[in-house]
Amino acid sequence: MPANARFLEAATLLVGVLIWIASAAAATPEPLAVHEIAPGVFVHQGRYELFTPRNEGDVSNAGFIVGRDGVAVIDTGGSPRIGASLLAAIRARTPLPIKYVINTHMHPDHVFGNVAFEAEKPTFVGHHKLPRALAARAQRYLAINKELLGNEAFAGERIIAPTLLIDDKLELDLGDRTLLLEAQKTAHTDNDLTVLDKKTGTLFLGDILFVEHVPALDGSIRGWLALLDQLKQRTDIARVVPGHGPASVPWPAAMAAEQRYLGRIADDVRALIKQGKTIQEAMATAGLSEKDAWLLFPEYHARNVSAAFAELEWE
Amino acid sequence: MHVAVNPGRLLLTLVAAAAMAFSSLPARADDPWPDIKRDVFDNRDIAEEDGTISLDAPYRAEDAAVVPLTMRIPASIARDVKTLTLIIEKNPAPVAATFHFGEAAGAGERMLSTRVRIDMYSNVRAVIETTDGKLHMATKYVKASGGCSAAAGKDMDEALASMGKMQIRTFEPATPPTSSPDMREAQVMIRHPNFTGMQMDQLTREFTPMKIVQEIEVKRGGQLIFSVEGGISISENPNFRFTFAAEGSAPIEVTAKDTDGRTFTGTSADKAT
Repeated sequence: MPANARFLEAATLLVGVLIWIASAAAATPEPLAVHEIAPGVFVHQGRYELFTPRNEGDVSNAGFIVGRDGVAVIDTGGSPRIGASLLAAIRARTPLPIKYVINTHMHPDHVFGNVAFEAEKPTFVGHHKLPRALAARAQRYLAINKELLGNEAFAGERIIAPTLLIDDKLELDLGDRTLLLEAQKTAHTDNDLTVLDKKTGTLFLGDILFVEHVPALDGSIRGWLALLDQLKQRTDIARVVPGHGPASVPWPAAMAAEQRYLGRIADDVRALIKQGKTIQEAMATAGLSEKDAWLLFPEYHARNVSAAFAELEWE
Repeated sequence: MHVAVNPGRLLLTLVAAAAMAFSSLPARADDPWPDIKRDVFDNRDIAEEDGTISLDAPYRAEDAAVVPLTMRIPASIARDVKTLTLIIEKNPAPVAATFHFGEAAGAGERMLSTRVRIDMYSNVRAVIETTDGKLHMATKYVKASGGCSAAAGKDMDEALASMGKMQIRTFEPATPPTSSPDMREAQVMIRHPNFTGMQMDQLTREFTPMKIVQEIEVKRGGQLIFSVEGGISISENPNFRFTFAAEGSAPIEVTAKDTDGRTFTGTSADKAT
């Protein structure tokens, strides 16, 4: 066999091996890093970033709670790939069936991983307004985020809406472990759902709480501030899991910064509306004292002011 | 986290690069302006950026469904301006709104501001026609995407429940009038989802039917300040801020009609709710 033919053969083999390794890596993703923040309660901390092909949609917190009979997943990450990595993290810890996949609200970084859990045949759970919110936005969410995430992370994405809907409150039993699900009034979005693990007093707040990552307003600033006040009074909470921020934070101390941020925007915007200023003027000036207190401030702040203005000008 | 060598990704990158190289070639052919100029303005000459009309728009929209635009016309020609046409070139229906000015719009510097949806990176153009039949234009490029297919409302129940509510505010002039005739400023806000007909409900696979405010008349003491024919590009809860002649104390009266045949009325004499 001539030397160049042998070389070709070797090269072909090498390429084949590389393709095999690459496809094997895609089929069994590495487990996400998770912290056990309370016995049987695991949380993965997402990065403080926008969607990029590089982070594959790993920009929000996701978690799971293990009971005697099964597992409940709370949010699934921002892509099928992150969802699969979360599933791998669960399977590294328990063979129990995944009974529920709960979404805290409609945003892609919390629901795009749902599809990775479909084969486990869980019941998908959400706020009673979540299916409508997803239906109205699905077309746009898919188009925009396919571009942001890139083909690899996005591959296989389908939006899966919940079938078990929470109108007000519902308890789910995982065996020796009860979760209290509560549909909240419009705050971060109009479909925010909180999940309390009664056994440990761990409350998953979804994006009702942002820590370090600047809050993003897509619901009602008045509703959000009112909800924080109400949650502050509760005595059944030992710790909370924010939608963006450290895996576990103390309550109510951890909400002080967000309450201050939203309050500052509401105060500034109300004052500007009273002075007859425009939405453009408000977007350029309101809440700027918060600039150095948050990550991703330039990415979200002006939009938050725009949303707050469009709401508060009707007061 | 994943294997570094991925031949598929390299191939994709090459394909994407090739696609981009080709797609950038016929850019001129994609320019929608010649067709719009022909269809809307009969291919008449349009003077550009000649100081008769100015347009303020953000270069990058923070929220593509709520992009604030402000147009200004100097006092020197305000009286001669008959109409103002607002064009968003790349929107599905490029004519966003056509304003007709009346007697009560006044003779001082004229300002008109509204909020629009912008579907993709696009030129936005404000074109005025003066009584001598001439056209003048100001243009701004705005980076935005998804404004027309954006779901209506951050709180959908609230949007539908409060449809038709109107709020009309008048403002004291920020600075005392100088050389130009005395003008005042007001704002008309109408609660309406302004469904574009492009918002798809993925559950039913049907588009939410178009439901928009299509005609608004703003008058004072029986005299027209302006009227506007609006399209799907006007944001949810249509919002107009404008100047008007200050003389007299008559309230501002607004009549709005939507595509379902509903009529909404309001006056600045009403207490804001």
